[in-house]
Amino acid sequence: MGLTAQSVGRNARGREGEKKPAVRSAALAGNPNVGKSTVFNALTGLHQHTGNWSGKTVLSAAGSYVYRGREYALTDIPGAYSLRAASAEEEAARDFILFGGADLTVVVCDAGALERNLNLTLQILEATPNVIVAVNLMDEAQRRGIRVDTQALSDALGVPVIPMAARRGRGLEELKRAVAEFEPRPYAYTVRFPEPVEEAVNVLEMRLENLLNGRVNPRFAALRILEEDSGAVKALEQRLGLDFAADPETAAALTWAREVLKRAGYTAEDVRDALISGVYRAAEQLVSRCVTGPAAVSPGRLKLDRVLTRPLTGFPLMLALLALIFFITVRGANAPSDALYALFTRAEGLLSRGLTALRVPGAVHDALIYGVWRVLGYVVSVMLPPMAIFFPLFTLLEDLGYLPRVAFNLDSGFRRAGACGKQCLTMAMGFGCNAAGVVGCRIIDAKRERLIAQLTNSLVPCNGRFPILIALITMFLVTGQGLGGDLLACLLLTGFIVLGVAATLGMSWLLSRTLLRGQPSSPTLELPPFRRPKLGEVVVRSLLDRTLFVLGRAAAVAAPAGLLIWLAANVPVGDGSVLSAVTGALDPVGRFLGMDGVILTAFILGLPANETVIPIMIMAYAASGSFQGYESLTGLRALLVDNGWTAVTAVCTALFTILHWPCTTTLLTVKKETGSLKWTVLAAVLPAAAGAALCAVVNLLF
Amino acid sequence: MQGTLTRLPDGASGTVGTLKISGELKGRLMDLGFTPGARVTRLFAAPSGDPAAYYVRGSVIALRRSEAELVTLREERGAGTWA
Repeated sequence: MGLTAQSVGRNARGREGEKKPAVRSAALAGNPNVGKSTVFNALTGLHQHTGNWSGKTVLSAAGSYVYRGREYALTDIPGAYSLRAASAEEEAARDFILFGGADLTVVVCDAGALERNLNLTLQILEATPNVIVAVNLMDEAQRRGIRVDTQALSDALGVPVIPMAARRGRGLEELKRAVAEFEPRPYAYTVRFPEPVEEAVNVLEMRLENLLNGRVNPRFAALRILEEDSGAVKALEQRLGLDFAADPETAAALTWAREVLKRAGYTAEDVRDALISGVYRAAEQLVSRCVTGPAAVSPGRLKLDRVLTRPLTGFPLMLALLALIFFITVRGANAPSDALYALFTRAEGLLSRGLTALRVPGAVHDALIYGVWRVLGYVVSVMLPPMAIFFPLFTLLEDLGYLPRVAFNLDSGFRRAGACGKQCLTMAMGFGCNAAGVVGCRIIDAKRERLIAQLTNSLVPCNGRFPILIALITMFLVTGQGLGGDLLACLLLTGFIVLGVAATLGMSWLLSRTLLRGQPSSPTLELPPFRRPKLGEVVVRSLLDRTLFVLGRAAAVAAPAGLLIWLAANVPVGDGSVLSAVTGALDPVGRFLGMDGVILTAFILGLPANETVIPIMIMAYAASGSFQGYESLTGLRALLVDNGWTAVTAVCTALFTILHWPCTTTLLTVKKETGSLKWTVLAAVLPAAAGAALCAVVNLLF
Repeated sequence: MQGTLTRLPDGASGTVGTLKISGELKGRLMDLGFTPGARVTRLFAAPSGDPAAYYVRGSVIALRRSEAELVTLREERGAGTWA
């Protein structure tokens, strides 16, 4: 927890330092899942990833926009349910609101759940009077028959309240104008608590006023001290360089205040409970004055939710959705893959002639064409189409709000494995990219559970490994052609994914009973309403943010890797090449695992990027030592069969594809996130050991 | 004997009485809206029966059984069901 909180805090401060001179700065706060990031993106145009599940913004994002010729700085701070921080994100949110130095705080609320959202809003109003309330998702609430009288809310709170539907672009201009015209104001709305609490606050507040010197609202500080919110008190003392207990007058005031409370029978916890209840009572009153409509979930949503979570339909639907995504991916990727491959082959001819014309030496020509270009061509043509289809589909599910339902369905599994329920979400991120999944583990607060999630993230195949699985399945395991064949192939692929999920649970279970013992904590899991994704935005965002990023990284690794492998395959050592010497040495181990030396070598050399595993195999098998272009998967299959491949080889290779060491990027990320070499080594050894054991068993049995 | 949230069948509502714990978890449950007097409706459970989804103060929150049994319900005459 400390590590995350610190890095988040440092980041927030770092951004402040870099901030360009803007006329005004605003912080964007709010509960998770209220469309905060949508508002941020719509205002700044900076594309930060938003997803329809809680806790996506692990770090605060900064951007700016120009309104009427003036620049405004905006910081999107992590979503929080309360300033009484229960997680690293909430700590970061609290600290930014208190010490971030923004001129004002825009609190984004969900019009459909205003009562819960007002809990945070009223707490923020205790910390600062400079607040604009943006009541977002007005359209969604309206469809459910809920009406919010924003004018009445504004009158009651004494701050501007802007109705918004950010996804439709409604209310953005009004918000920009409100920010531009905002004048710093005195505290207008104050929640009053039971008499003994107010009396104690008054005693303490007077003394704190001198001490805090206008930097933080004394009432806010007094409340935190009296309810013994140690995190907030520590943050106040550290950031402001104070020690409340060491100041004799404050200590005296505190003793007196505690005496007042004690006489009334209030413990610190009673104070806290009174504060929360008091804020919610105020929220109830505000809602009864400003909101009309049904206080219930819409029947349509409830029906859909029941289908998605019922034992008979929940799991089958989950698997069916996964299989459907793979089916569309596999079927849709074939033609573009072939077209791209043909394009690379044609370009190869041109390139080769060009190099020859330039009188480039033969060895250099071969290294560039057969090493660099062919591996690059393979990686791009095999990876790009599936990614360009898979990522948008997955983003679509994310934006719909389906992932929290998956987390809900799988929660008992993760609980029994002694892991955090949020691990389900970081695992889902791993399907895209394991390195991203490991970074995503920051949303898990307990250190023990975060480590479990980080160490097991690579057990689900990332996008670099899907193409390998697809190729292996279509070459060796499913011989049928056409629709039926594709259907069977994607079912098998789904099976492999389920195996990855099972391995994740199993490994988490093992870790939580051996190296990382402890009780599973229960994070807050909210099931947000389903939301219709904006198709255009999903496609653009998933292509730009994810596909191009992952492809760029893979290509950057594939090109030099191609050169290295060509050299290894062509530099003679004794009778053969370096590569053949290595593959020969590894052959007994590989055979024991149901594979061979070449496959094992390919996995080892594929460490920087799994996408290069298949091209390395091809290069090693091909007698000439160069990556022989092949016309189609059938051509590749012939090459592999010639080298002794059977269905068992394919199954073992597929298993090892799912369960082996993660790529370098992921390992470096684990090192960075855990700060420990021991855990990094374990993150590589654990999946590899599991994969090797499984392969050996399969090989012995069949 | 006092009923807790776990007693509610799917679709039934109740009013929060007290929370049978202290410390951080109590604070978090209250911050999510499970304060004494709050109206809670149990909506549906996960396939394994645990966790279950509860509607409280405009949002749907999943609680594990171990958490739900900490939230007691007030005695109500003619407890109404919902949906």
